[in-house]
Amino acid sequence: MKTDPKGVLTGVHYLDGDYACGEGAMAAGCRFVAGYPITPSTEVVERISRRFPVMGGTFIQMEDELASMAAVTGAAWTGTKTMTVTSGPGFSLMMENIGLAAMMETPCVVVNVQRGGPSTGLPTMVGQADMMQARWGSHGDYELIAMSPQSPQEAFDLTIDAFNLAETYRVPVMFMMDECVGHMTEKVVIPEAEEIDIVPRVLSDKTPEEYKPYALNGRPVPEMVRAGDGYRFHTTGLTHDDRGYPDMSVERQQINVQRIMDKILLNVDDIVRFEEEETEGADVVVVAYGITARVARMGIDLAREQGVKVGFLRLVVVWPFPEKRIRELAGSIKSFVVPEINLGQMVLEVERCAGGKAQAVHVPHAGGGVHDPEKICKAIVEAAR
Amino acid sequence: MSATAHPPNPNDHPIAPYLRMDRMPHIWCPTCGIGTVVKCFASALEEADIDLDKVAITSGIGCTGRVAGYMNLDAFHATHGRAIPFATGLKLARPELEAVVFSGDGDLSGIGGNHFIHAARRNMDMLVILVNNFIYGMTGGQNAPTTPISAKSSTMPFGNFERPFNLPHLAASCGATFVSRWTCLHIRRLTKCMRMAMRRKGFRFIEVIAPCSTLYSRLNRLGGGLELMRFYHDNAKIQHGIDTREVDIGFQDTIVCGNFVDEEKPTFLDMMNTHYEEVLGEEYVPMAPDGGWLHD
Amino acid sequence: MRYWRKPLDFDQVTVPRGEVVIIADRCKGCAFCVEYCPKDVLVMSEDFNVKGYHPPEVVVEGECVNCNLCEMICPDFAIFCVPAGDPVAVEAVLSISAEEDKFAEEEALN
Repeated sequence: MKTDPKGVLTGVHYLDGDYACGEGAMAAGCRFVAGYPITPSTEVVERISRRFPVMGGTFIQMEDELASMAAVTGAAWTGTKTMTVTSGPGFSLMMENIGLAAMMETPCVVVNVQRGGPSTGLPTMVGQADMMQARWGSHGDYELIAMSPQSPQEAFDLTIDAFNLAETYRVPVMFMMDECVGHMTEKVVIPEAEEIDIVPRVLSDKTPEEYKPYALNGRPVPEMVRAGDGYRFHTTGLTHDDRGYPDMSVERQQINVQRIMDKILLNVDDIVRFEEEETEGADVVVVAYGITARVARMGIDLAREQGVKVGFLRLVVVWPFPEKRIRELAGSIKSFVVPEINLGQMVLEVERCAGGKAQAVHVPHAGGGVHDPEKICKAIVEAAR
Repeated sequence: MSATAHPPNPNDHPIAPYLRMDRMPHIWCPTCGIGTVVKCFASALEEADIDLDKVAITSGIGCTGRVAGYMNLDAFHATHGRAIPFATGLKLARPELEAVVFSGDGDLSGIGGNHFIHAARRNMDMLVILVNNFIYGMTGGQNAPTTPISAKSSTMPFGNFERPFNLPHLAASCGATFVSRWTCLHIRRLTKCMRMAMRRKGFRFIEVIAPCSTLYSRLNRLGGGLELMRFYHDNAKIQHGIDTREVDIGFQDTIVCGNFVDEEKPTFLDMMNTHYEEVLGEEYVPMAPDGGWLHD
Repeated sequence: MRYWRKPLDFDQVTVPRGEVVIIADRCKGCAFCVEYCPKDVLVMSEDFNVKGYHPPEVVVEGECVNCNLCEMICPDFAIFCVPAGDPVAVEAVLSISAEEDKFAEEEALN
């Protein structure tokens, strides 16, 4: 369906990543945001708090991140698209309710504008050290989707995609920005509302007597209903059966957890997204995401000047990880080079998928700044030997 | 004449339309008071004559946290302590809903304490029914923020030395506009109080003292639920309108009950709408009462 | 009911009459209904229900005033009253009588 024009600020703008993300959410049809201030993400909600009152949206600054995530999960059950915004310390606080959203299969978007960690860390400086937490942060087995934009324009475009993926797979989507992209101001082109396609909340057409909140109806995910429409449904964070009632048995646990994971794992090819450049015949492939992808480009150019055959794979959807492609590439190249602003996170996935057929060289950076392109170049050149 | 030979159909019980009868019998212990509070709530729903399709009930974790799962309403079983913000999200994203939070003392005043005080402060429009059994029941009888001094629990085996909350005072001082306390023995007054609360707006708080026979009462050798009910009968004092500072509960001491606070103040949404209308005038587009769901 | 004097509107007021309906297999033997029935109509029976608890039983016929206190106070939703003559109660009572008759028959045969 086409989005509601009231939320679309059509035009050519000069915006920072945070503002662009906020605009993306409003363009995607998000109408409820609960947040808590935390640098460097606060600008997203500041923008939304200013613009929501003219488009029928409600923003509330909750008392903490736990409340924000709980409110966002609750609000999603009224059929509204919801979002919350935070950074590292708040992300840790939200984990329990992210698990609740994953278990209840509630679509929502959680934006994490990453900063240096751990703990209070570097509040105003960049990091990319929450990538594993995005996938594994909450307890238990579950799968979700995480994306990483590399520019304010992508922060706008991918936020809309994040909402669409959340609706399609009924899953909380982690939007992993970083402080550099969040605080970087660049040109952002926002198209006309008719050009923006959004996935609407699909509601069940069954009667309240027939409707079962977790019964599959030929689609990969069950259909939702809205609280207040007379369905009198029940949903819980406990392991539940098709009716949403707690059913704490070994059989049900197997069915439930497997299904939450399968809805992503079996549809991985439709969800995974990356950009590849010159990987044909390459000896080294650089794998990067977020701001590091832009820095890595310079490192790649420098390495190519030295005659190294280097390709580039940029992760757009970071989780689920593009295992298939990495495995394929591993068979034909010498080494992957993975620069990231952390001391080893996505490189572990690359290494796992490479399966020993190619090396996975990590170019770490503890955080606070971006890589020196020379260092990346040096790593590429050495990896190619 | 014995009435035990052929029990009649459970669906004939007057509470049946309000419960998920396919989930009966419930899990609460013999002589637990939660079932009584649920019956009073169901009666109040009937008497208050509100549209049940628009009532959304949220519970947290714990014995009282199981209430949502048994009610035949849009029911949510959220995480521990987070029933209030969950209900806040429901209410704000679909303002026509009547948000009810039905949870326990540990859930709402312990882990959920922060959310409790802020929702009261904001006068968020929701009805909070807190069943206080002075203990964390579901997890085996640990000390709760409401456990009276000297009462034993599994984590204070020599008796509690920590000061407990005075919940009506907490709610009132944070700005709740309707504050009451009853015990589950006061079935008529409790039902009437719930009915009154359902017809009001704002942050409405009802504390209900209930017996926990398996844990609180057993660990403190107070008998069973019936003995505690007899205690409530002899020691509950009704004092409407009393200053909430005076209503602390000591161990096996007087329980002051009554309707303590009953005011009318603008709710969070009232204040938000009034303010934006003033500041933004024609430009203000409030969220529709039936919510922010975008559709063709 | 004993009065210290007859109320002036004694002839105009009809005291309601009710029948107690007990869903015995739901009962968990808490005895709240027995304790608080204002007409002392109930006692805990000697029988066992399917869970092994003693459910209540009506021992004083014709005194229930349909006040619904037992219905409100029962935590297990196992007891309620209906106005006397109500089909629900009649059905329950009839089916009980039928069972009792059958039992009496079997006893007599043995």
